[in-house]
Amino acid sequence: MLEINDLLNKLEADLKHIIVERQLTNPLMIGIRTGGVWIAEQMHRRLNINEPLGLLDISFYRDDFSQIGVNPNVKPSQLPPNIEGRDIILIDDVFYTGRTIRAALNEIFDYGRPNQVVLAVLIERNGRQIPLCPDCAGASITLNSVQRIKLTGPDPLAIHLQTIDAAA
Amino acid sequence: MADNIQLNQEGKLKHFLTIEGLNKNLLTEILDIADSFIGMNDQQVKKVPLLRGKTIVNLFFENSTRTRTTFELAAKRLSADVLSMSISTSSTSKGESLLDTIRNLEAMFVDMFVVRHGISGAAHFIAQQTAPHISVINAGDGQHAHPTQAMLDMFTIRQIKKEFSNLRVAIIGDILHSRVARSQIQALNILGAAEIRVIAPKTLLPAHVESLGVNVSHSLNSGLKDIDVIMMLRLQKERMSSALLPSESEYFKCFGLTEEKLKIARPDAIVMHPGPINRGVEIDSKVADGPQSVILKQVSNGIAIRMAIMAMAMQKQSIT
Amino acid sequence: MSRIHIKQGRIIDPANKTNRIGCVYIADGKIISVTNEPAGFKPDTIINADKQIVCPGFIDLSTRLRQPGQSRKATFKSETVAAASSGVTTMCLQPDTSPVIDTPAVAELVKELAEKANYPQIYPIAALTRKLEGTELSSMLSLKQAGCIAVGNANQSVRNLLILRRAMEYAASHDLLVMFRPNDYWLGNNGCAHEGAVATRYGLPGIPEEAETIALAQCLELVELTGCRVHFGQLSCKRSVIKIHQAKKYGLNVSADVAIHQLHLTEKDIIPFDSNFHILPPLRTEADKQYLRQGLASGTINSICSDHQPHDIDAKLGAFPETEPGVSSLETLLPLMLKLVTQRAITLEQGIASLSENPARVLHIKSGALTVGFAADVCIFDPESEWQVNSDNWKSQGVNTPFWGQMLKGRVTRTLQAGKVIHCLEK
Repeated sequence: MLEINDLLNKLEADLKHIIVERQLTNPLMIGIRTGGVWIAEQMHRRLNINEPLGLLDISFYRDDFSQIGVNPNVKPSQLPPNIEGRDIILIDDVFYTGRTIRAALNEIFDYGRPNQVVLAVLIERNGRQIPLCPDCAGASITLNSVQRIKLTGPDPLAIHLQTIDAAA
Repeated sequence: MADNIQLNQEGKLKHFLTIEGLNKNLLTEILDIADSFIGMNDQQVKKVPLLRGKTIVNLFFENSTRTRTTFELAAKRLSADVLSMSISTSSTSKGESLLDTIRNLEAMFVDMFVVRHGISGAAHFIAQQTAPHISVINAGDGQHAHPTQAMLDMFTIRQIKKEFSNLRVAIIGDILHSRVARSQIQALNILGAAEIRVIAPKTLLPAHVESLGVNVSHSLNSGLKDIDVIMMLRLQKERMSSALLPSESEYFKCFGLTEEKLKIARPDAIVMHPGPINRGVEIDSKVADGPQSVILKQVSNGIAIRMAIMAMAMQKQSIT
Repeated sequence: MSRIHIKQGRIIDPANKTNRIGCVYIADGKIISVTNEPAGFKPDTIINADKQIVCPGFIDLSTRLRQPGQSRKATFKSETVAAASSGVTTMCLQPDTSPVIDTPAVAELVKELAEKANYPQIYPIAALTRKLEGTELSSMLSLKQAGCIAVGNANQSVRNLLILRRAMEYAASHDLLVMFRPNDYWLGNNGCAHEGAVATRYGLPGIPEEAETIALAQCLELVELTGCRVHFGQLSCKRSVIKIHQAKKYGLNVSADVAIHQLHLTEKDIIPFDSNFHILPPLRTEADKQYLRQGLASGTINSICSDHQPHDIDAKLGAFPETEPGVSSLETLLPLMLKLVTQRAITLEQGIASLSENPARVLHIKSGALTVGFAADVCIFDPESEWQVNSDNWKSQGVNTPFWGQMLKGRVTRTLQAGKVIHCLEK
């Protein structure tokens, strides 16, 4: 049902459209670890962007720190020195509650004030908890309460629809 | 027990008072988390919002600009609000005023105390007495423990030597009075160092020092053979006046680390010192500034380690 | 006066070599018969001592009741109640009160406080030197006449050996016992724990055994020189026991006691930074503890004392080295002595003798025995009764004991002092 190549193609097309529509100049592409980086690498190649891909690790910006604690496997984010005034394409794999994107935006804005941020995701699903939404998505789906969607990769990239065992 | 007081009901770090009683997994976790904070030193934005809204109080009953500044910086890089207090211990009923100070600060809704005190057991006392939601970090208590220093030393060793299991470590100097040495020995034993040697004149060794898990040597000539890591300790001036040593120059002759003596250790041995250095007393300038010295690395690692420990101690604040 | 019949208890009276089931008969505050019922004896009170042990009331060679001067910690009123409930009928009071017991006025004040608390058998120990400062002799004769039973140095080192010699000579000339706690000022100064593996691990300033053994050896030499009778208090280590043994063999007129907690606790029992374990002399090693027990069994150490030191809460609140040392120990005296018996370190007779007959002999008093004609100081206890050390059961104003919260076995049911019931355990 969800064919990875179809989604990537649609996302590529949507992004190209938005770049023109929103007049993005020399956009900086940033992928959110880990799944978002895999997708961003694909888009980075397909859109022929020269500037190296930015990598964002949002572990330290999560809003649930006091429940889950510090993650010992954090690699530092890699962003270029000047965020100030840049057009940014932010890429993630799945848009769900919106908290990841909020954390990502907080982190980006700590680096500087971008001109605008465009959010592109491979899959948008139901379950929003924060009033944010992607500017474009490879697909929009609805899942029920025992279903989850997960991206594996980087090679091969694959989408997995899982049913959570209620008894587990 | 001393170790249980440090962990909360889920076995997570709540207070950081001493290395004793913590297991290898926990110590390794601290080192790994510090690793992720190290990367931040190179970033433009050196802050993360992990402890935003939290108030950390540095309670320093003993003077120490160096340690206090690293704790302040570490707290600020975690976006916490920091209050630093230097308190003189000239008050007559010490126990009471210590408790009163704590109670007054608790009434202002603080979240963490970082304590340095001249009496062994002071940090434990504060941890036992303080309100249940507050975490206590020991920045050095009397002769008992200086666990954050030991952790940054372990971190520095791991950065360069990678593995602990085949390391021979020598700790040189005033072991008797050193809280740093006690914590270092505990950490090295838990992390599985192959051998720990203490090198000092008899007057500077505590009773039954072997029971800490170390071998003893009274000379650098024999003690430094096959050593991979040399940890120097600072010699305080008071030791001469309490008849523990005849003079600084005689100490330097026997136990001062010079280029010559350094050659006795392995060629890739590293030299460490918690600072501040007494040049010409425990260590020669050429060695302190030389290629095998990692003293400055220790300083920059100090901030990341303290960030890791403070972040870990603040998490999972389950208020029952 | 009251005629009392203590019925069918197990009478253990080591001084009179008694150990059998029987009765004790008391009249006019004195023992009038043991086992044999006096003709026509009509008791006013019958105490049923079935399944209990009847022994002489305990004589405690070292206690502190904190008055005069430190009533924040405890008072005669509170601590004599604790003593009575512990089966203790005679107490020696250490001279480091405030002011020090170095004038007859203070000695008389102590007697007054004892009378007011209805516990007359408190013997003040006079200070060996004025203010316990170790520089001038105290007025030992006047103090003896004011009721002091001995002279002692409390826990203050006497730094100058010439002064110690003179003080011992002077005490000897007035036939006064010197109760000496050996501790060298320089070796033992500022320490708060035994200089060993535990103190090393916790960075606690240590006190080497030599602080005690060297001071002990010096004093023993002076015993021979001065002909003074000395009782050494609260020994803590093996080598002290050996020196006492050698001294006695050599013919010196010396004796020694040990504090009850030193026979049970070692440095390994110290819960890190728990100030209830801050004790002087410090808790030493297992080897020391075993040797102290053997010394007690062999008679080298002939007495056990409580070394009772009640403290206010603030005194124990703080970083370990900053807290005040001492244990509130009257009420754990009996159960801990019985524990030595259960652990086969000593026999029950030895245990009771170490708390009655032997201290009486040290003090040269007609007490510590159920001898006909002696004052009726009697302790009746149930050796099987288990109780918890908690605020419901604790009488002392000081709760500073390392045994807090523990279950102990052995409880005093009745205590008589000079024929008067001063403690009766409610069921």
